[in-house]
Amino acid sequence: MTAFLDIAALDDIPRQGARVVKTMIGCIAVFRTAEDQLFALEDRCPHKGGPLSEGIVHGTSVTCPLHAWVFDMNTGQAQGADEGAVQTYPVRLEAGRVLLDVTRLARRSAA
Amino acid sequence: MKQRLVVIGAGMASGRMLETIFEAGGDFDVTLFNAEARGNYNRLMLSPVLSGEKTYAQIVTHDAEWYEAHGVDCRFGEVVVKIDRANRIVYSNAGGVPYDALVIATGSSPFIIPVPGKDLPGVCTYRDLEDTNAMIAASKPGARAVVIGGGLLGLEAAAGMAARGAEVVVIHLMGHLMERQLDPAAGYLLQKDLESRGIRVHCKGATKAILGSARVEAVLLEDGTVYPADLVCMAVGIRPEVRLANDAHLEVARGITVDDQMRTSDPAIFALGECVEHEKQLFGLVAPLYDQAKVLAATLLGQDAAFKPVQTATKLKVTGVDLFSAGDFADAPGREDIVFRDPGRGVYKRLILEGDQLIGAVMYGDTADAAWFFDLIKQGKSVTDLRDTLIFGPAFQGGAQTDPLAAVAALPPEAEICGCNGVCKGKIVTAIQGGANTLDMVRMATKASASCGTCTGLVEQVMALTLGDSFSANANPPMCKCTDHTHEDVRRLIKSIGLKSIPAVMQELGWKTVGGCASCRPALNYYLIADWPLEYTDDRQSRFVNERNHGNIQKDGTYSVVPRMWGGVTTPAELRAIADAADRYAVPMVKVTGGQRIDLLGVKKADLPAIWSDLNAAGMVSGHAYAKGLRTVKTCVGTDFCRFGTQDSTGLGIKLEKLLWGSWTPAKVKLGVSGCPRNCAEATCKDIGVVCVDSGYEISVAGAAGMDVRETEFLCKVTTEAEVMEVIAAFTQLYRENARYLHRIYKWVARVGLDWCRAQVEDPANRRALYDRFMLSQSIYQTDPWAELAATPADWAPIADLTLRAAE
Ligand code: SRM
Ligand SMILES: Cc1cc2nc3c(=O)[nH]c(=O)nc-3n(C[C@H](O)[C@H](O)[C@H](O)COP(=O)(O)OP(=O)(O)OC[C@H]3O[C@@H](n4cnc5c(N)ncnc54)[C@H](O)[C@@H]3O)c2cc1C
Ligand code: SF4
Ligand code: FES
Repeated sequence: MTAFLDIAALDDIPRQGARVVKTMIGCIAVFRTAEDQLFALEDRCPHKGGPLSEGIVHGTSVTCPLHAWVFDMNTGQAQGADEGAVQTYPVRLEAGRVLLDVTRLARRSAA
Repeated sequence: MKQRLVVIGAGMASGRMLETIFEAGGDFDVTLFNAEARGNYNRLMLSPVLSGEKTYAQIVTHDAEWYEAHGVDCRFGEVVVKIDRANRIVYSNAGGVPYDALVIATGSSPFIIPVPGKDLPGVCTYRDLEDTNAMIAASKPGARAVVIGGGLLGLEAAAGMAARGAEVVVIHLMGHLMERQLDPAAGYLLQKDLESRGIRVHCKGATKAILGSARVEAVLLEDGTVYPADLVCMAVGIRPEVRLANDAHLEVARGITVDDQMRTSDPAIFALGECVEHEKQLFGLVAPLYDQAKVLAATLLGQDAAFKPVQTATKLKVTGVDLFSAGDFADAPGREDIVFRDPGRGVYKRLILEGDQLIGAVMYGDTADAAWFFDLIKQGKSVTDLRDTLIFGPAFQGGAQTDPLAAVAALPPEAEICGCNGVCKGKIVTAIQGGANTLDMVRMATKASASCGTCTGLVEQVMALTLGDSFSANANPPMCKCTDHTHEDVRRLIKSIGLKSIPAVMQELGWKTVGGCASCRPALNYYLIADWPLEYTDDRQSRFVNERNHGNIQKDGTYSVVPRMWGGVTTPAELRAIADAADRYAVPMVKVTGGQRIDLLGVKKADLPAIWSDLNAAGMVSGHAYAKGLRTVKTCVGTDFCRFGTQDSTGLGIKLEKLLWGSWTPAKVKLGVSGCPRNCAEATCKDIGVVCVDSGYEISVAGAAGMDVRETEFLCKVTTEAEVMEVIAAFTQLYRENARYLHRIYKWVARVGLDWCRAQVEDPANRRALYDRFMLSQSIYQTDPWAELAATPADWAPIADLTLRAAE
């Protein structure tokens, strides 16, 4: 089951940038690419906790601002020699609005 | 949880080990301690730095970006003082770091002969950059230097100082130079060569005392000879640095005892490099240390590997001196020599045979065939069939040849070309055939010639042979993986094609990726800002986080806030406003920076707009403490208060800061203005420094005091403040227009040459044009980013807060 919640307008997020959503299980970074694709990732780099939302977005990857690990936003997997992954969350664009799937966020907090 | 790997010592051995681990995808939390206040560099290359053939910047093997990319927690300048094995914690004076695995790579320390005067200022050893810089500083033409020790290090030190114009004497205890590597005949040729360069050699000389009252003045030998000296370099040998291991009660013989897996007597502790002893053997050259590095990397990654020491060969890195020695050359029963001499050319070659095998070689004056001989020694094959012509080298085997590339062409694929890294010809050829068509690419792919560099010529010959006419030496590497163009090419093409946006650059220059990467985008954004201040709009999303958010990100995601304090001068009102802001936003630390201003550390991102507004209200603007741009202009009190001040250094510093602030530059720019040559503002280690004198202002450039410490070089002298401002703005613009991104002024000047820079700003018309272009850019970019960004505080907060909703 999914439950998409309207969290913002697309234009609240800069192209090739991100904004943060606060949740019970920590911050989630919602990214917007140059081609207006959206991705939602846990905002905590597995390396040393860097805020991925502050990284440089290139293609569908993001480079962590602290020590430059690169993550594929499609999978949340670290690229190249680095190993690790961040949680990804379903997010979609509908009529200029950003919708985030909150099921997993709610379930975790309810448990 | 990830394994915590702590490494003590950022030297040649540990650097290679970390590289191997990361290349294999090893996943450790690495903490790297180094007593030297810098990371890994190529220690071998200190000699070319000393002689002036290279700069320190060129011998750094791992830069800040590399550590950052691999998440290495760098503790440079932190000496480890204790290992607590019971709790698995290492301590420096800054505190403890726990480990799962510990690597001791502390190298060795130079041996100091216990003679009177050994502690006088002016006595140095030859081990690190400090020693090298001390020798460089002392080697002014006419200065007198004495080197004690005529081995590899001593002679490289002597040749380096002599190349800089010093009068050098080498004192050597034994009968001939480099007696451990050379036989007397080769030692003699070497001595003759050095003497022809003005170096005096005193063999069989035992040092009795170093004389001097406040600092060294002379060296006294047992035989009564006295050599006057401004500097004495002791290069008499090294001993493994084992103090930490001793204190921790690890098993230590002469070095720290390790097994084939590089494990010490404590299974959680490993050691490698010059500090270890393996099967009663110590190590003093890098080739076996690199093997150790590979073995230890494998051990840490849980793979099987065992260290087997290999034969080493010696070369002396003194330009114009060709010598080579490998294997065993002592006289012994059953050994035979083959000798070749050419007195006219100063050539001496000696091969040592035992039975049907070649076991040693000493060569002086012509070492072209060294690799071939070294290969025969290592293979241990029978050379009986070659014996008669062996000494003439590979070119002679099977008929005379005259082709200059023939020697290299004749090498078998398994012949070693690069001794430091153990790279054979076949590996290089394979890399070239796989597309490595520049020297840098071959280095990257194989590591050949990437250490001491003495085999560069050979590697290039292999390239010439493999690539034929398509080979051209000395190509630069491309900017990043997204393009084949170098930084320099991209800068030139941006101007010549008139490219004015990042997508335009990527399209027209054929970028291989869609949106570039985190390495090329910030560079392109800078190039476009610098070249087209009117047409281009800054792309905030192509900036690193600090510049995008106008604050330094801290490790916990908070930021630091540093208001500008013009020339380091503040007022009670400003201090009150800072104090109030610190209280209001519960700032965890208020700190005076090294740049004469105050840092508020640990501010939450969402609070930034508010704290900025408060500081703005008190008249303060961003200090750009985060920027590749103007940072600080340090000043001293000058004529205002100081009894020695010759000019108003404080006032001039403030004017300069007001002129330059807000400008974006390839890397950070720091200035200092001192009121007299006492130089209290440390102007001579800044990117640009001004020292006031009675008759005017001395402007010098290209200093630094970070990972690399260097004194500025004199640019020009002017007589008015107005000229100072024009020259400095023009010089800054020259830097902005020409340097490559992330190169500080000193790196850029090293590439283009100070003379070229001087010519550009000395010509009045050109200087004015540069100044005007700088001011044009300032008319757009000299704005306070805080004021602009504080206007939209909502952008700095989370876009949504679901914590409340979920709690319902
Ligand atoms: C705050 C300050 C330390 C202090 O408390 O005194 C500081 C703090 C940092 N320095 Fe520095 N440097 C500070 C003065 C210096 C100085 C001294 C000076 O300016 O007179 C130097 C040596 C002089 C020089 O630059 O030549 C210095 C040489 C460096 C370097 C080495 C640069 C180099 O080219 O070798 C780095 C690394 C870099 O820039 O890549 C660095 C980088 C950093 C960074 C930005 C590291 C980072 O990327 O996070 C630090 C940010 C801390 C933070 O989170 O806020 N800092 N740093 C000083 C700020 C001065 C200011 O008012 O703006
Ligand atoms: C001028 C010069 C020229 C040379 N030329 C050649 C050459 O041509 N060919 C060749 O094969 N070899 C050459 N060598 C030798 C070669 O550099 C060494 O064999 C090699 O550097 C040793 O590597 P290592 O890692 O064991 O130690 P090092 O490279 O010495 O590194 C050890 C590091 O550990 C640090 N350290 C020590 N104690 C502590 C502590 N308690 N806490 C924190 N850090 C600590 C030291 O500061 C040092 O940076 C040369 C050496 C010098 C000095
Ligand atoms: S403030 Fe400067 S010297 Fe201190 S840890 Fe940070 S970068 Fe290193
Ligand atoms: S915290 Fe992300 S790379 Fe280090």
